[in-house]
Amino acid sequence: MALVEFRDVSYEVGGREILSEVNFTVEPGETLVLLGRSGSGKTTALKMTNGMLFPTRGQVRVEGRPTTEWDPIGLKRRIGYVIQEVGLFPHFTVEQNVGLVPTLEGWPAPDVQQRVEQLLDEMGLPPADYRARYPRQLSGGQRQRVGVARALAADPPLLLFDEPFGALDPVTRVELQRQFLDLQHNLQKTSIFVTHDVREALRLGTRIGLLTRGRLELAADPETFRNLRSEEALAFLSSLE
Amino acid sequence: MRPDLANDLLQLTGEHLVLVISAMAAAILMGVPLGIVLTRREGWRRPLLGFASVMQTIPSLALFGFLIPIPFIGGIGTRTVIIALVMYALLPILRNTFVGIASVDTAVCESAVAMGMTSGQMLRQVQLPLAAPTILAGIRVATVTTIGTATIAAAIGGGGLGVFIFRGVASVDTAQILAGAVPAALMALAADGGLGWVERKLSRA
Repeated sequence: MALVEFRDVSYEVGGREILSEVNFTVEPGETLVLLGRSGSGKTTALKMTNGMLFPTRGQVRVEGRPTTEWDPIGLKRRIGYVIQEVGLFPHFTVEQNVGLVPTLEGWPAPDVQQRVEQLLDEMGLPPADYRARYPRQLSGGQRQRVGVARALAADPPLLLFDEPFGALDPVTRVELQRQFLDLQHNLQKTSIFVTHDVREALRLGTRIGLLTRGRLELAADPETFRNLRSEEALAFLSSLE
Repeated sequence: MRPDLANDLLQLTGEHLVLVISAMAAAILMGVPLGIVLTRREGWRRPLLGFASVMQTIPSLALFGFLIPIPFIGGIGTRTVIIALVMYALLPILRNTFVGIASVDTAVCESAVAMGMTSGQMLRQVQLPLAAPTILAGIRVATVTTIGTATIAAAIGGGGLGVFIFRGVASVDTAQILAGAVPAALMALAADGGLGWVERKLSRA
Protein backbone atom coordinates (compact mmCIF):
# COMPACT_ATOMS: atom_id res chain seq x y z
CA MET A 1 0.00 0.00 0.00
CA ALA A 2 1.23 3.50 -0.80
CA LEU A 3 2.41 5.35 2.28
CA VAL A 4 1.19 8.67 0.88
CA GLU A 5 -1.33 9.27 -1.83
CA PHE A 6 -2.48 12.58 -3.32
CA ARG A 7 -5.80 12.20 -5.16
CA ASP A 8 -6.82 15.13 -7.36
CA VAL A 9 -5.60 17.53 -4.69
CA SER A 10 -6.29 21.21 -5.24
CA TYR A 11 -5.62 23.96 -2.75
CA GLU A 12 -6.90 27.48 -2.96
CA VAL A 13 -6.27 30.39 -0.70
CA GLY A 14 -7.90 33.76 -1.24
CA GLY A 15 -9.16 32.71 -4.68
CA ARG A 16 -5.64 31.84 -5.85
CA GLU A 17 -4.96 28.23 -6.75
CA ILE A 18 -1.70 27.03 -5.18
CA LEU A 19 -2.08 23.38 -6.20
CA SER A 20 -4.27 22.11 -9.05
CA GLU A 21 -5.35 18.50 -9.30
CA VAL A 22 -2.14 17.02 -8.06
CA ASN A 23 -1.86 13.24 -8.12
CA PHE A 24 1.00 11.10 -6.86
CA THR A 25 1.80 8.23 -4.56
CA VAL A 26 4.85 7.57 -2.44
CA GLU A 27 5.78 3.93 -1.90
CA PRO A 28 7.67 2.74 1.17
CA GLY A 29 11.44 3.19 0.88
CA GLU A 30 11.48 5.75 -1.90
CA THR A 31 12.51 9.38 -1.92
CA LEU A 32 10.18 11.54 -3.93
CA VAL A 33 11.74 14.89 -4.70
CA LEU A 34 9.35 17.74 -5.45
CA LEU A 35 11.27 20.22 -7.56
CA GLY A 36 10.00 23.68 -8.40
CA ARG A 37 10.60 27.40 -8.23
CA SER A 38 9.51 29.47 -5.24
CA GLY A 39 5.75 29.75 -5.19
CA SER A 40 5.22 26.58 -7.21
CA GLY A 41 3.34 24.94 -4.33
CA LYS A 42 6.04 22.55 -3.06
CA THR A 43 5.86 23.54 0.58
CA THR A 44 2.06 23.54 0.43
CA ALA A 45 2.13 19.92 -0.77
CA LEU A 46 4.42 19.03 2.11
CA LYS A 47 2.22 20.74 4.69
CA MET A 48 -0.77 18.82 3.36
CA THR A 49 0.97 15.54 3.95
CA ASN A 50 1.18 15.96 7.73
CA GLY A 51 -2.11 17.77 8.12
CA MET A 52 -0.80 21.31 8.63
CA LEU A 53 -3.03 22.19 5.66
CA PHE A 54 -5.98 20.37 4.15
CA PRO A 55 -6.97 20.18 0.47
CA THR A 56 -9.71 22.43 -0.86
CA ARG A 57 -10.67 19.60 -3.22
CA GLY A 58 -9.46 16.02 -3.41
CA GLN A 59 -7.85 13.88 -0.75
CA VAL A 60 -4.47 13.29 0.81
CA ARG A 61 -4.15 9.80 2.24
CA VAL A 62 -1.47 8.69 4.66
CA GLU A 63 -1.27 4.93 5.22
CA GLY A 64 -4.56 4.66 3.36
CA ARG A 65 -6.45 7.08 5.59
CA PRO A 66 -7.43 10.60 4.53
CA THR A 67 -5.57 13.23 6.57
CA THR A 68 -8.93 14.72 7.56
CA GLU A 69 -9.73 11.52 9.46
CA TRP A 70 -6.43 11.30 11.35
CA ASP A 71 -6.02 12.71 14.82
CA PRO A 72 -4.19 15.93 13.85
CA ILE A 73 -1.58 15.66 16.62
CA GLY A 74 -1.02 11.92 16.17
CA LEU A 75 -0.48 12.32 12.43
CA LYS A 76 2.17 15.01 12.91
CA ARG A 77 4.02 12.94 15.50
CA ARG A 78 4.13 9.99 13.08
CA ILE A 79 5.83 12.09 10.43
CA GLY A 80 9.27 13.65 10.80
CA TYR A 81 9.57 17.20 9.51
CA VAL A 82 12.74 19.11 8.68
CA ILE A 83 12.24 22.73 7.69
CA GLN A 84 14.41 25.22 5.88
CA GLU A 85 15.07 27.62 8.75
CA VAL A 86 15.63 24.56 10.97
CA GLY A 87 13.22 25.87 13.60
CA LEU A 88 15.15 24.44 16.54
CA PHE A 89 13.91 25.82 19.85
CA PRO A 90 16.53 28.40 20.85
CA HIS A 91 15.87 27.91 24.57
CA PHE A 92 16.22 24.11 24.41
CA THR A 93 19.57 22.30 24.46
CA VAL A 94 20.47 20.00 21.59
CA GLU A 95 19.39 17.09 23.76
CA GLN A 96 15.99 18.62 24.54
CA ASN A 97 15.45 19.55 20.90
CA VAL A 98 16.22 16.08 19.61
CA GLY A 99 14.21 14.41 22.37
CA LEU A 100 11.17 16.62 21.78
CA VAL A 101 8.75 14.22 20.10
CA PRO A 102 9.67 11.19 22.24
CA THR A 103 9.15 13.37 25.34
CA LEU A 104 5.79 14.58 24.03
CA GLU A 105 4.91 10.95 23.37
CA GLY A 106 5.64 10.17 27.02
CA TRP A 107 8.72 7.98 26.65
CA PRO A 108 10.52 7.35 29.96
CA ALA A 109 13.45 9.76 30.41
CA PRO A 110 16.24 7.11 30.18
CA ASP A 111 14.82 5.87 26.84
CA VAL A 112 14.69 9.41 25.47
CA GLN A 113 18.28 9.99 26.56
CA GLN A 114 19.48 6.76 24.98
CA ARG A 115 17.68 7.57 21.74
CA VAL A 116 19.14 11.09 21.65
CA GLU A 117 22.69 9.75 22.14
CA GLN A 118 22.24 7.19 19.41
CA LEU A 119 20.91 9.80 16.95
CA LEU A 120 23.62 12.36 17.71
CA ASP A 121 26.20 9.62 17.13
CA GLU A 122 24.61 8.72 13.80
CA MET A 123 24.59 12.36 12.75
CA GLY A 124 28.29 12.70 13.55
CA LEU A 125 27.77 14.95 16.58
CA PRO A 126 29.45 13.25 19.58
CA PRO A 127 26.86 13.46 22.40
CA ALA A 128 29.44 14.31 25.02
CA ASP A 129 30.35 17.48 23.10
CA TYR A 130 27.01 18.51 21.75
CA ARG A 131 24.10 17.41 23.95
CA ALA A 132 24.28 20.37 26.35
CA ARG A 133 24.82 23.06 23.70
CA TYR A 134 22.19 25.54 22.62
CA PRO A 135 21.37 25.96 18.90
CA ARG A 136 23.13 29.35 18.77
CA GLN A 137 26.37 27.59 19.71
CA LEU A 138 26.25 25.45 16.56
CA SER A 139 27.20 26.10 12.94
CA GLY A 140 24.51 26.10 10.26
CA GLY A 141 25.40 22.58 9.18
CA GLN A 142 25.40 21.25 12.75
CA ARG A 143 22.06 22.89 13.38
CA GLN A 144 20.57 21.21 10.34
CA ARG A 145 21.96 17.86 11.51
CA VAL A 146 20.24 18.38 14.83
CA GLY A 147 17.08 19.22 12.86
CA VAL A 148 17.32 15.89 11.03
CA ALA A 149 17.99 14.04 14.30
CA ARG A 150 14.90 15.66 15.81
CA ALA A 151 12.79 14.53 12.86
CA LEU A 152 14.09 10.96 13.21
CA ALA A 153 13.69 10.81 16.99
CA ALA A 154 10.41 8.95 17.31
CA ASP A 155 11.38 6.66 14.42
CA PRO A 156 8.63 7.86 12.06
CA PRO A 157 8.04 5.83 8.89
CA LEU A 158 7.81 9.00 6.79
CA LEU A 159 10.05 12.07 6.67
CA LEU A 160 9.32 15.43 5.08
CA PHE A 161 12.17 17.74 4.09
CA ASP A 162 11.40 21.34 3.17
CA GLU A 163 14.52 22.71 1.43
CA PRO A 164 16.57 21.67 4.44
CA PHE A 165 19.97 22.40 2.92
CA GLY A 166 19.05 25.57 1.04
CA ALA A 167 20.77 28.02 3.37
CA LEU A 168 24.04 26.08 3.76
CA ASP A 169 27.36 26.73 2.03
CA PRO A 170 28.00 24.44 -0.97
CA VAL A 171 30.55 22.24 0.80
CA THR A 172 28.37 21.63 3.85
CA ARG A 173 25.39 21.09 1.58
CA VAL A 174 27.12 18.27 -0.30
CA GLU A 175 28.25 16.77 3.01
CA LEU A 176 24.70 16.74 4.32
CA GLN A 177 23.35 15.37 1.05
CA ARG A 178 25.81 12.50 1.35
CA GLN A 179 24.70 11.94 4.91
CA PHE A 180 21.07 11.97 3.76
CA LEU A 181 21.82 9.20 1.23
CA ASP A 182 23.61 7.14 3.88
CA LEU A 183 20.68 7.51 6.23
CA GLN A 184 18.24 6.61 3.52
CA HIS A 185 20.32 3.55 2.71
CA ASN A 186 20.71 2.43 6.33
CA LEU A 187 17.27 3.22 7.71
CA GLN A 188 15.11 2.56 4.65
CA LYS A 189 12.88 5.52 5.45
CA THR A 190 10.39 7.01 3.06
CA SER A 191 10.89 10.68 2.28
CA ILE A 192 9.32 13.54 0.44
CA PHE A 193 12.01 16.11 -0.24
CA VAL A 194 11.28 19.61 -1.49
CA THR A 195 13.95 21.63 -3.27
CA HIS A 196 14.54 24.21 -5.98
CA ASP A 197 18.00 22.83 -6.72
CA VAL A 198 17.95 20.49 -9.72
CA ARG A 199 21.33 18.96 -8.80
CA GLU A 200 20.04 18.11 -5.36
CA ALA A 201 16.91 16.62 -6.93
CA LEU A 202 18.91 14.40 -9.28
CA ARG A 203 21.29 13.34 -6.54
CA LEU A 204 18.77 12.48 -3.84
CA GLY A 205 15.54 11.51 -5.57
CA THR A 206 14.50 8.03 -6.54
CA ARG A 207 11.66 9.83 -8.30
CA ILE A 208 11.24 13.46 -9.24
CA GLY A 209 8.09 15.49 -9.45
CA LEU A 210 8.29 18.85 -11.14
CA LEU A 211 5.82 21.45 -9.87
CA THR A 212 4.95 24.35 -12.14
CA ARG A 213 2.46 26.85 -10.76
CA GLY A 214 0.66 24.16 -8.80
CA ARG A 215 0.68 21.52 -11.55
CA LEU A 216 2.73 18.36 -11.21
CA GLU A 217 4.73 16.55 -13.86
CA LEU A 218 6.12 13.25 -12.60
CA ALA A 219 9.26 11.46 -13.73
CA ALA A 220 9.77 7.80 -12.90
CA ASP A 221 13.47 8.28 -12.09
CA PRO A 222 16.25 10.85 -12.46
CA GLU A 223 17.15 9.46 -15.93
CA THR A 224 13.62 10.00 -17.20
CA PHE A 225 13.68 13.48 -15.71
CA ARG A 226 16.75 14.38 -17.78
CA ASN A 227 14.76 13.50 -20.88
CA LEU A 228 11.66 15.55 -20.06
CA ARG A 229 10.96 18.10 -22.74
CA SER A 230 8.40 20.40 -21.07
CA GLU A 231 9.29 24.05 -20.94
CA GLU A 232 9.81 24.07 -17.16
CA ALA A 233 11.86 20.86 -17.21
CA LEU A 234 14.10 22.31 -19.90
CA ALA A 235 14.48 25.50 -17.90
CA PHE A 236 15.66 23.52 -14.87
CA LEU A 237 17.86 21.17 -16.92
CA SER A 238 19.53 24.08 -18.69
CA SER A 239 20.71 25.33 -15.28
CA LEU A 240 22.82 22.15 -15.05
CA GLU A 241 25.17 23.21 -17.83
CA MET B 1 15.66 63.00 60.07
CA ARG B 2 13.05 64.74 62.17
CA PRO B 3 11.57 62.37 64.75
CA ASP B 4 7.95 63.13 63.73
CA LEU B 5 8.74 62.00 60.18
CA ALA B 6 10.80 58.96 61.22
CA ASN B 7 7.83 57.61 63.18
CA ASP B 8 5.53 57.63 60.17
CA LEU B 9 8.13 56.54 57.62
CA LEU B 10 7.94 52.82 58.26
CA GLN B 11 4.15 52.74 58.34
CA LEU B 12 3.72 54.81 55.17
CA THR B 13 6.38 52.86 53.27
CA GLY B 14 4.59 49.67 54.27
CA GLU B 15 1.26 51.05 53.02
CA HIS B 16 2.90 52.11 49.80
CA LEU B 17 4.36 48.66 49.26
CA VAL B 18 0.98 47.03 49.89
CA LEU B 19 -0.67 49.32 47.31
CA VAL B 20 1.99 48.60 44.69
CA ILE B 21 2.19 44.86 45.30
CA SER B 22 -1.59 44.31 45.27
CA ALA B 23 -2.04 46.44 42.16
CA MET B 24 0.82 44.71 40.33
CA ALA B 25 -0.39 41.24 41.32
CA ALA B 26 -3.86 42.02 39.97
CA ALA B 27 -2.50 43.67 36.83
CA ILE B 28 -0.25 40.68 36.07
CA LEU B 29 -3.03 38.19 36.75
CA MET B 30 -5.26 40.07 34.30
CA GLY B 31 -2.72 41.39 31.79
CA VAL B 32 -0.76 38.23 31.00
CA PRO B 33 -3.76 35.96 30.32
CA LEU B 34 -5.47 38.74 28.35
CA GLY B 35 -2.28 39.27 26.36
CA ILE B 36 -2.25 35.55 25.52
CA VAL B 37 -5.90 35.77 24.45
CA LEU B 38 -5.01 38.68 22.15
CA THR B 39 -2.55 36.50 20.22
CA ARG B 40 -5.38 34.07 19.49
CA ARG B 41 -8.34 36.42 18.98
CA GLU B 42 -7.58 39.03 16.39
CA GLY B 43 -10.92 40.77 16.91
CA TRP B 44 -10.13 41.57 20.56
CA ARG B 45 -6.88 43.38 19.81
CA ARG B 46 -8.15 46.82 18.86
CA PRO B 47 -10.78 47.19 21.59
CA LEU B 48 -8.61 45.84 24.42
CA LEU B 49 -5.36 47.60 23.52
CA GLY B 50 -7.42 50.71 22.76
CA PHE B 51 -9.08 50.62 26.18
CA ALA B 52 -5.76 50.15 27.95
CA SER B 53 -4.20 53.00 25.94
CA VAL B 54 -7.05 55.38 26.72
CA MET B 55 -6.64 54.59 30.42
CA GLN B 56 -3.01 55.70 30.18
CA THR B 57 -3.99 59.08 28.80
CA ILE B 58 -6.25 60.00 31.72
CA PRO B 59 -4.31 62.09 34.26
CA SER B 60 -3.98 60.02 37.41
CA LEU B 61 -5.51 62.56 39.77
CA ALA B 62 -8.51 62.81 37.43
CA LEU B 63 -8.88 59.02 37.26
CA PHE B 64 -8.96 58.80 41.06
CA GLY B 65 -11.58 61.54 40.99
CA PHE B 66 -13.69 59.75 38.38
CA LEU B 67 -13.65 56.53 40.36
CA ILE B 68 -14.84 58.01 43.66
CA PRO B 69 -18.57 58.28 42.76
CA ILE B 70 -18.76 54.88 41.02
CA PRO B 71 -20.61 52.31 43.15
CA PHE B 72 -18.87 49.07 44.25
CA ILE B 73 -15.44 49.81 42.71
CA GLY B 74 -15.26 53.44 43.75
CA GLY B 75 -15.35 55.40 46.99
CA ILE B 76 -12.65 56.75 49.25
CA GLY B 77 -9.73 54.53 50.24
CA THR B 78 -7.34 51.78 49.30
CA ARG B 79 -9.64 49.77 47.03
CA THR B 80 -10.26 52.65 44.65
CA VAL B 81 -6.56 53.40 44.54
CA ILE B 82 -5.67 49.82 43.67
CA ILE B 83 -8.28 49.74 40.89
CA ALA B 84 -6.87 52.89 39.36
CA LEU B 85 -3.29 51.60 39.63
CA VAL B 86 -4.29 48.33 37.93
CA MET B 87 -5.77 50.28 35.03
CA TYR B 88 -2.49 52.13 34.55
CA ALA B 89 -0.34 49.02 34.87
CA LEU B 90 -2.46 47.01 32.45
CA LEU B 91 -1.29 48.48 29.13
CA PRO B 92 2.45 47.75 29.35
CA ILE B 93 1.81 44.22 30.60
CA LEU B 94 -0.93 43.48 28.09
CA ARG B 95 0.98 44.95 25.16
CA ASN B 96 4.30 43.32 26.00
CA THR B 97 2.70 39.90 26.52
CA PHE B 98 1.00 40.18 23.15
CA VAL B 99 4.06 41.53 21.33
CA GLY B 100 6.41 39.08 23.07
CA ILE B 101 4.39 36.06 21.97
CA ALA B 102 3.59 37.41 18.51
CA SER B 103 7.25 38.05 17.78
CA VAL B 104 8.46 34.52 18.53
CA ASP B 105 10.22 33.34 15.34
CA THR B 106 7.61 31.89 12.95
CA ALA B 107 9.98 29.06 11.97
CA VAL B 108 10.10 28.01 15.63
CA CYS B 109 6.30 28.09 15.97
CA GLU B 110 5.84 26.29 12.70
CA SER B 111 8.21 23.54 13.72
CA ALA B 112 6.41 23.24 17.07
CA VAL B 113 3.17 22.63 15.15
CA ALA B 114 4.91 20.25 12.74
CA MET B 115 6.34 18.23 15.66
CA GLY B 116 2.80 17.67 16.89
CA MET B 117 2.69 19.98 19.89
CA THR B 118 -0.79 20.84 21.07
CA SER B 119 -1.47 24.57 21.28
CA GLY B 120 -1.22 24.38 25.08
CA GLN B 121 2.18 22.65 24.92
CA MET B 122 3.37 25.22 22.42
CA LEU B 123 2.23 28.06 24.67
CA ARG B 124 3.83 26.70 27.84
CA GLN B 125 7.00 25.17 26.41
CA VAL B 126 7.80 27.51 23.53
CA GLN B 127 5.93 30.80 23.35
CA LEU B 128 5.86 31.83 27.01
CA PRO B 129 9.52 30.98 27.74
CA LEU B 130 10.69 32.81 24.62
CA ALA B 131 8.44 35.80 25.34
CA ALA B 132 9.36 35.91 29.04
CA PRO B 133 12.01 38.66 28.80
CA THR B 134 9.60 40.92 26.87
CA ILE B 135 6.73 40.22 29.27
CA LEU B 136 9.02 40.94 32.20
CA ALA B 137 10.15 44.20 30.62
CA GLY B 138 6.47 45.23 30.54
CA ILE B 139 6.04 44.26 34.18
CA ARG B 140 9.15 46.27 35.09
CA VAL B 141 7.93 49.43 33.36
CA ALA B 142 4.50 49.00 34.96
CA THR B 143 6.00 48.50 38.44
CA VAL B 144 8.17 51.59 38.27
CA THR B 145 5.28 53.77 37.08
CA THR B 146 2.95 52.29 39.68
CA ILE B 147 5.35 53.16 42.51
CA GLY B 148 5.30 56.77 41.32
CA THR B 149 1.57 56.97 40.65
CA ALA B 150 0.76 55.42 44.02
CA THR B 151 1.98 58.62 45.73
CA ILE B 152 -1.22 60.27 44.49
CA ALA B 153 -3.28 57.71 46.44
CA ALA B 154 -3.06 59.96 49.48
CA ALA B 155 -5.33 62.45 47.69
CA ILE B 156 -8.28 60.10 48.10
CA GLY B 157 -7.30 58.61 51.43
CA GLY B 158 -5.36 55.63 50.14
CA GLY B 159 -2.33 56.22 52.36
CA GLY B 160 1.24 55.49 51.34
CA LEU B 161 4.25 57.78 50.91
CA GLY B 162 2.06 60.36 49.14
CA VAL B 163 0.74 61.33 52.59
CA PHE B 164 4.12 62.95 53.33
CA ILE B 165 4.15 64.70 49.98
CA PHE B 166 0.62 66.13 50.24
CA ARG B 167 1.20 67.19 53.84
CA GLY B 168 4.54 68.73 52.89
CA VAL B 169 3.02 70.63 49.98
CA ALA B 170 0.15 71.91 52.14
CA SER B 171 2.49 73.17 54.89
CA VAL B 172 5.36 74.21 52.58
CA ASP B 173 7.64 71.78 54.41
CA THR B 174 10.41 70.61 52.09
CA ALA B 175 11.76 68.04 54.53
CA GLN B 176 8.36 66.39 54.62
CA ILE B 177 8.04 66.36 50.79
CA LEU B 178 11.48 64.73 50.57
CA ALA B 179 10.52 62.20 53.25
CA GLY B 180 7.88 60.96 50.79
CA ALA B 181 9.67 61.50 47.50
CA VAL B 182 13.06 60.00 48.35
CA PRO B 183 11.83 56.60 49.64
CA ALA B 184 9.43 56.36 46.67
CA ALA B 185 12.28 57.05 44.28
CA LEU B 186 14.52 54.51 46.03
CA MET B 187 11.73 51.95 45.86
CA ALA B 188 11.35 52.57 42.12
CA LEU B 189 15.10 52.25 41.55
CA ALA B 190 15.23 49.02 43.55
CA ALA B 191 12.30 47.54 41.60
CA ASP B 192 13.86 48.61 38.30
CA GLY B 193 17.23 47.12 39.21
CA GLY B 194 15.83 43.90 40.65
CA LEU B 195 13.42 43.17 37.80
CA GLY B 196 16.07 44.20 35.27
CA TRP B 197 18.39 41.62 36.75
CA VAL B 198 15.75 38.87 36.48
CA GLU B 199 15.06 39.97 32.91
CA ARG B 200 18.72 39.64 31.92
CA LYS B 201 18.86 36.21 33.57
CA LEU B 202 15.85 35.12 31.54
CA SER B 203 17.06 36.41 28.20
CA ARG B 204 20.39 34.68 28.61
CA ALA B 205 18.81 31.28 29.28
